[in-house]
Amino acid sequence: MTIKGKAYIAGAYEHPTRHAPDKTVAQLHAEVALGALADAGLTRADVDGYFCAGDAPGPGPASMAEYLNLTLRHVDSTELGGSSYVALAGHAAAAIALGKCDVALITLAGRPRSEGVATGTVPRLRDANQPEAGWEAPYGLTTANGYAMCAMRHMHQYGTTSEQLAWIKVAASHHAQHNPNAMLPDPVTVADVVGSPLIADPLHRLDCCVISDGGGALIVVRPEIARKLNRPLVKIIGAGETVKHLSGGAFDLTTSGAARSGPAAFAEAGITPGDIKYASIYDSFTITVLIQIEDLGFCEKGAGGKFVADGNLISGVGKLPFNTDGGGLCNNHPANRGGMTKVIEAVRQLRGDAHPAVQVKNCDLALAQGTGMQLGTRHCSATLILERE
Amino acid sequence: MKRKIPAPVPLPFPPPQAGQGWVGTFWDAARKGRLVVPVCTACGKAHWYPRAICPFCDSDTIEWRDTLGKGTIYTFSVMRRAKEPYVIAYVKLAEGPTMMTNIVDCDFDALRIGDAVTVVFEETEAGPPVPMFKPV
Repeated sequence: MTIKGKAYIAGAYEHPTRHAPDKTVAQLHAEVALGALADAGLTRADVDGYFCAGDAPGPGPASMAEYLNLTLRHVDSTELGGSSYVALAGHAAAAIALGKCDVALITLAGRPRSEGVATGTVPRLRDANQPEAGWEAPYGLTTANGYAMCAMRHMHQYGTTSEQLAWIKVAASHHAQHNPNAMLPDPVTVADVVGSPLIADPLHRLDCCVISDGGGALIVVRPEIARKLNRPLVKIIGAGETVKHLSGGAFDLTTSGAARSGPAAFAEAGITPGDIKYASIYDSFTITVLIQIEDLGFCEKGAGGKFVADGNLISGVGKLPFNTDGGGLCNNHPANRGGMTKVIEAVRQLRGDAHPAVQVKNCDLALAQGTGMQLGTRHCSATLILERE
Repeated sequence: MKRKIPAPVPLPFPPPQAGQGWVGTFWDAARKGRLVVPVCTACGKAHWYPRAICPFCDSDTIEWRDTLGKGTIYTFSVMRRAKEPYVIAYVKLAEGPTMMTNIVDCDFDALRIGDAVTVVFEETEAGPPVPMFKPV
């Protein structure tokens, strides 16, 4: 049993807003849902499967299903942090392959910018029933210093430098200048990144992603439906997911869950990393990108610093064009969750709908990679491989 | 000024009390300045964070054993974007497991991965003292 070729992404929509103080989270979910349906050429009445994650208001899928007034025969509210939407595209394909639904809607939305959330630099409140909570709460773990510990170890173990990490931001900013909706549209240099204030050693402010309001949605459909719609055919051919954690106190922080979800997705798709023409790589921080690129097999473990340097991630310049929308580092990180925009830009590339300045030529195979939650403790990873038919 | 250290269990949940259940033994030891770790008597392995069930062999025969209170820094980060900068770290204990902690009582800029450290117990806002480490 495989999902290869069993479902297509027929609709994709990224909300243009980056700041929505006058809208509710539910309204943003509804706007992106309708945007993706319009993109696919379908209507709300066609939706029989709904997929959402922890950003959807209320517990699970119930509140949003009601707000949208959907009539459903399949639901899935798997919460994998920012990687959820990469995984949910695979879950939708699996549900369609099993005949559980025909038209799957996946939504993401949130407004951390309007709500003034100190996303990365203040410890998050935890449920006291989380078994690790009491053993970590005293130590001031934040999103930023958790990822920073991974970067520090990677530098120690492999000689990676701040300048190499900076190239990841430079490439993202080079792409963002062509995106009229990007939050940070100005190109930056390596010197700009390493000269920006330290947040948590060794990560600087420009190593961190933006905090934005907004959202996005996807429509995943059965092959028979996809062929009737007048849209380019973007086929799901491989998916993998996992959780990586601290393994009882014996762990390696230089490796991510992509080392498991990636090979699983490549095996299902029957292709290798060298076949990929475009990659959306989750970019909560520069170090997130570097570690995932290694774990996905685009280069040897530890060689990521050299691989990303000198513009190798810039479309039209380097070997692995990545995040051509500007990514979370420069464009958008709605609801503090970047997985949805990763899939959306991969769909744009496969359709040939990316900005002409960043469109990859003959882009027939693309990958979307998500890492959700905390790379420095426990995180979820999802990999999705897509093919233009 | 020193950073206020939150209690090990987030408030308003009651912090662990002396003698309260299996985990109380850890905090009893902490109050006396001893770092103990959970060791499985079935497979002999120490683990972290502490669980009532061994993550390696599934046995529930876990007992607390004293450590030397010594280890090395596996990784760390100085949190600059805070009222009072502080160092979060993972320390690999001599007994095996690697634990999240803070490095204190030192020049943050002189810290290096691999540095030898020794345990110190720091008072928290409303709970028992928690293990942290300082360079040897």
